[in-house]
Order: sequence, then C-alpha cells, then structure tokens
Amino acid sequence: MAAQIFSAILVIIIGVGGCVGYFWGANKLLDVIFPSRGVKGGAAIDNLRRQGVIRPWLFIGPALIILTVYLIYPVVQTLILSFHDRGGENFVGVANYSWAFGDREFRNSIFNNLLWLLVVPAACTFLGLVIAVLTDKIWWGTIAKSLIFLPLAISFVGASVIWKFVYEYRGEGQTQIGILNSIVQFFGGSPQVWISLPLWNNFFLMVILIWIQTGFAMVILSSALRGIPEETLEAAVIDGANPFQIFWKIMIPQIWGTIAVVWTTITILVLKVFDIVLTMTNGQWNSQVLANLMFDWMFRGGGDFGRGATIAIIIMLAVLPIMIWNIRQANKETGGH
Amino acid sequence: MANPTGKSYLGRFGVHIAVLFFVALWTLPTLGILISSLRDKDQIIVSGWWTSLTSSTQTEAGRLPPPNTAAERDGKFVLEGNLFEVPGSRAITNFGIRAQAPTEFEAGSVADLGDGETMQVNADGGFIMTMPAASDATRGRRVYYAATVPPRFTTENYANVLFSEGIGRSFINSLTVTIPATVIPIMIAAFAAYALAWMRFPGRALLIATIIGLLVVPLQMTLIPLLELYNDVGELFGVPSKTYLGIWLAHTGFGLPFAIYLLRSYMAGLPRELMESARIDGASDFEIFVKIVLPLSFPVLASFAIFQFLWVWNDLLVAMVFLKTDATQLVLTARLNALLGSRGGDWEILTASAFVTIIVPLIVFFSLQRYFVRGLLAGSVKGG
Repeated sequence: MAAQIFSAILVIIIGVGGCVGYFWGANKLLDVIFPSRGVKGGAAIDNLRRQGVIRPWLFIGPALIILTVYLIYPVVQTLILSFHDRGGENFVGVANYSWAFGDREFRNSIFNNLLWLLVVPAACTFLGLVIAVLTDKIWWGTIAKSLIFLPLAISFVGASVIWKFVYEYRGEGQTQIGILNSIVQFFGGSPQVWISLPLWNNFFLMVILIWIQTGFAMVILSSALRGIPEETLEAAVIDGANPFQIFWKIMIPQIWGTIAVVWTTITILVLKVFDIVLTMTNGQWNSQVLANLMFDWMFRGGGDFGRGATIAIIIMLAVLPIMIWNIRQANKETGGH
Repeated sequence: MANPTGKSYLGRFGVHIAVLFFVALWTLPTLGILISSLRDKDQIIVSGWWTSLTSSTQTEAGRLPPPNTAAERDGKFVLEGNLFEVPGSRAITNFGIRAQAPTEFEAGSVADLGDGETMQVNADGGFIMTMPAASDATRGRRVYYAATVPPRFTTENYANVLFSEGIGRSFINSLTVTIPATVIPIMIAAFAAYALAWMRFPGRALLIATIIGLLVVPLQMTLIPLLELYNDVGELFGVPSKTYLGIWLAHTGFGLPFAIYLLRSYMAGLPRELMESARIDGASDFEIFVKIVLPLSFPVLASFAIFQFLWVWNDLLVAMVFLKTDATQLVLTARLNALLGSRGGDWEILTASAFVTIIVPLIVFFSLQRYFVRGLLAGSVKGG
C-alpha cells in the first residue's frame, strides 16, 4: 500500500514534470533550430514564420495524440467491430444488428431507454425550473439550492445505495425500515418490492437520476432566470399579468435556449446511464437499458465484442443528432473567429 | 411587487412550504444513510432511522441453542442461557414463540409449548426451556420478543468497513486513480486550448469542431477497442493489461475534450490587447501562455479540476473495465458495488461504506462550490 501511494506520487511528479519538460523543451528546441533573435533581417523573419507554422502543433500535439488513441480510433474500431463476430475476426455483415432487433432483452432495453428519455430530462428540467423560481423568492434560497444541488456530487453507486435503503422492503406487518414502504404502510397500503415491479421499477430507478440531476438543471436555469432583464418583468406587472402569466409568457420564452441546453445535456447522460441499473437491478425484472446491456455483452461468456460494439453503435446513433446540433451551434458562435 | 394583502402573505408562506418540501425530499435519503451508518447494527434492521432518537419497543427474534445440547436435570432436559450477549442490555416486556404472535406471553411468565415443553423468558433476556425427553434436533427454537431498546450510536460500523471490509484500502486506491487522472489532463488541455484560442494554423476550425463532437461521444463507444488495445500492449511487452497507468491515461483521454472545450472558450474570452501588447514587446507564444494566459485562467482550471476529480472519483464504468477486481486495484465505487452484491442486507456495512465513498466529493463540492458552478455554467454541453 505504501508502495502504491509512493508510485502514485511518483507518477504525478513524472507526469507533470514530463508535461512541463516536453512543452518547455520543445519550445526551447524550436527557438534554437529557428532562431528569431540574434539573426539578421530576412533570416529572422523566415525563422519567425517557420516557428509560427510549427509551434501550434507543439502545443496541441500531446492532446491530439491522446484524443486519437482514446477517442477517435476506438470510435472507428467499434464501428468496424460491430460488423464482426464475437472475437472480432470474421466479418458477419449486419448479423449483429439483425440479432439485436430480434433479441427480447435488447428490445426491452430500447423500450426502457425511451421511457428514460421521455421522463428524466423532462422531470429534471421541470423540477429544476420550479425550484429555481421558488428559491429565488425566499431569504434562505441559497441554502435550499445548495442542499438540492448536493446529490450532483454523489456517485451513481452511492446514490443507488442511498435509494436502495429508501426502497428497502420488509414483509407485510413487519416494521419497515425503508422510508417509502414505511409511509405506504402508515397510510394503510401494503409494502412493495419496488425495484422488482415490472415497468414501474423503471420509474423507481429514474427517480435516482432525477434526484441527482435536478440540481444541475436548477443551477443552470436559475442563472438564466437572473439574466432576464428586470424591465420585461416590471412591464408585465404593470400590465397586470398574474404570476403564472409572467412565468409562462415572459420568463420561459426568454430562457428557451438554456432549457434546450439543459434538456440535451441530461438526454445524453440518460443514454449513457449504466451504474444505476447495474447496482440496483442489473437489468432484472425488465429494467435493462442499453448501456448496461452493452457492458453485459462485453464480458458475458468471455465477451462478445461484436454484439457489445453493436449496442454501443446504437447508443451513439441516438447521440448523433445532438452532436451535430452542438457542432453547428459552436460553428455559428465561433464562425469568423 | 410586494403588496401587503392576505393573499400575498399566504402565497409567500406557500413558497416557503414548497421549498421546504423539496429540500426535505432531496436531503432525507442521504440523511437516512448517514444516521443509519452511525446506529447500532441491530437497531438498523428493527426500526426506521427516523425513529433512531427514541427509545423504542422493538419486536426482535432470537434463537435458542439446539435442543440436543440440553442438560438433564431432575428427569427433564433443560436449556438455559441468555438471549443477549450482555444480559440485561435490553428490557424484554413480552415474548412469544410464533412469528404471528411475537408478544403472546409476558416476560417472566412460563409459556406452555405443548408436549410437556415449557419456556420462560425473563426481562433481562435470561431463558429456561424444559423438555420432557431428550431431543437430537440440531436446530434451536426461534423465540420472539418485544424489547425496549435505548438508542445507541456508534462508530463501530465505520471501523468495521474501513479495516475489515476493505473500504480503507479502496479509499487509497481511489485516491491513487483520481489525483493523477485529474492533474495530467489539465496541463495537456491548457496548451491545446491556448493553441486553439489564440494561434493561427490550418485545420484549426476542424479541430474545434472535432473536439465539440467528441464531447458527447458515449464512453461505451471506446471501451471494447481500448480493452483490446490494452490486452495487446500487455501481451506485447509482457506487462499486465490492467494497471493504474492505463486508467490514468484513459481518464485523461475521456476528460480532454471537455477540458479543452472549457479552457478554450475561457481563454478565447481574454482581452486581445493583452496578447498583442505582449507580442509587440517580443514575447513568444510560450511566454505569453505561461506568464499571462495561465495565471489569468486559474478560475477555469480550478473548475475543470473539480469536475474531473468528481467524475473520476465517482466513476464505476471505466474502473470496472480497466482495473483488476482484487483488493490492490478495487476503487471505492467498485467496492461498494461488490458489497451490494455480497452484503445485500447488511445495512450497517452498506450505509457506512456509502458514506465513506461520498464524503470526499461532498467536501470538495462544498468547499469549492463557486468554481464548480462556474464550470457548470460555462460547459453545460457536456453530458458528464
């Protein structure tokens, strides 16, 4: 263990030192090979120009290499693997895709993912907006926001334990130690094993993600609400608008762009949701989702890389429209820059 | 907007109540595991954590020793002992022998079990069971009792998970993964971000677009090829394929698009005059970056560091793919996941373990919330 801590510290030093060394050394080397100071006229200008051509690549080089190895190459390779068999050796055409759409578990995952996509972003955005508006009006709003924001720092696994405890089930008539069943029993209902109720269990899992992500939506939307010009609100009040009209007709239209950003961000997160399902049900009781199914096939029976890759591609296809939209937005913003 | 009418006061009151409701909904689940992790492990399973402050009458169950260990006395076979490890640690008011009627008999009275068998349970937990004949049964009889239990809080659960359940070791492993995986990308991203913001070179626009595209690539897309790559590299050089170095680089790769995106948009917003006047003074790009841009970018560097720290610390997927599942490399999230499987109902272990895994992010989060929110606002296109 001591060796492990020591090696971690060593790596930090080597890593940071290596980075500093590389950037400093490479720049120094460039200055030595193409000196711009101490040489005369034309040569200095030529060398400055050469420096200008090379230096950006020195700056961006390491990032480019890592991005290529860890993101660009794997994305391409996953696409290729999805047309190959479990070991990745034999080309099988679209066999994996046709398998997927005939597979009961896969279709169940698609259905569940759609449910998640419909419910979670909507719930987070709506709750986030409501809480942002409400907390803006009271003196302890900042504290309230902090507390609602807090789950964002908790890991999905940690959150799963927290909520598993909320959903804990004891037989009927016994003392319930899970708060949900305790409340149900208090009002005369019978306790349930919440995470094994088909279809409904999806919603109990979604609650966890909503609990985590509402704080995110709240913070972003709260800052957008603050950015609304005071005059528009005052004008509405003078014109006799009631609070609901102000909210729906004045505030919402002005933060529409932010709502879209929050919505898409959470949508992407939902498509990748894995930890919650793995730890709560591992896909049992018809609660499977694509990301967990993919992980499952990656290791199931020694790993079926073809099917795993295929499921990854399906997730990617769902993300693709958002990706394209993001790139177009960014291009618009940085257009001439 | 304030108009002192009754309706407005009512509305204001309603807002307070509504916010209070939301705050309760959002904090109670966490509070539940925090309180439970500090409770006595026997109390966790018999009463809800919300009753933990009251001394409560709880129905519990115990098991007598197996009948074949009964001692012969006056022609009868007698089992004698105490239900509690510490006699008298709780006060029994009633007892019973059937789950349906756990409080059938008063403490101290003698219950007739039929077939000439009797049982007596006293308030201090002491019991005497007599049987007319010897028995070779190896399974002790279950006995139910209602006991008054004073609330007991303890740090035993924490000591237990830290030192016996491997949470302590996993804590070190998590730190080992997280710190380098947070530090390494910052440097690499900062240089790249500067180049993309302030240097002119062909293909720059394409690179920026690529990075924004990579922001949303699901990790699932990368796992299989990287796993294969690591296995091949491991085989080629005769080294293990699952190493800390491997996961540091993986997290660096996965964090880079967001880091570059966040830093670039911040750096691009710095005043152009600053760079230009430095350039006129003869400073090179390297000098401008190190002496001007880097110090000015501290807030955004801090934002990214917090993000990356939380993301790596809380990650389960990458750790499960790139690290071994033995004690030397199991990180907290993976350990917690394993405990959920192996210690499913042992809430004293799960709650304490969960709290150990979330305490570091919570501290980081609360102490540096300002930077965190800033980063969130600046980079909200990333999906986490």
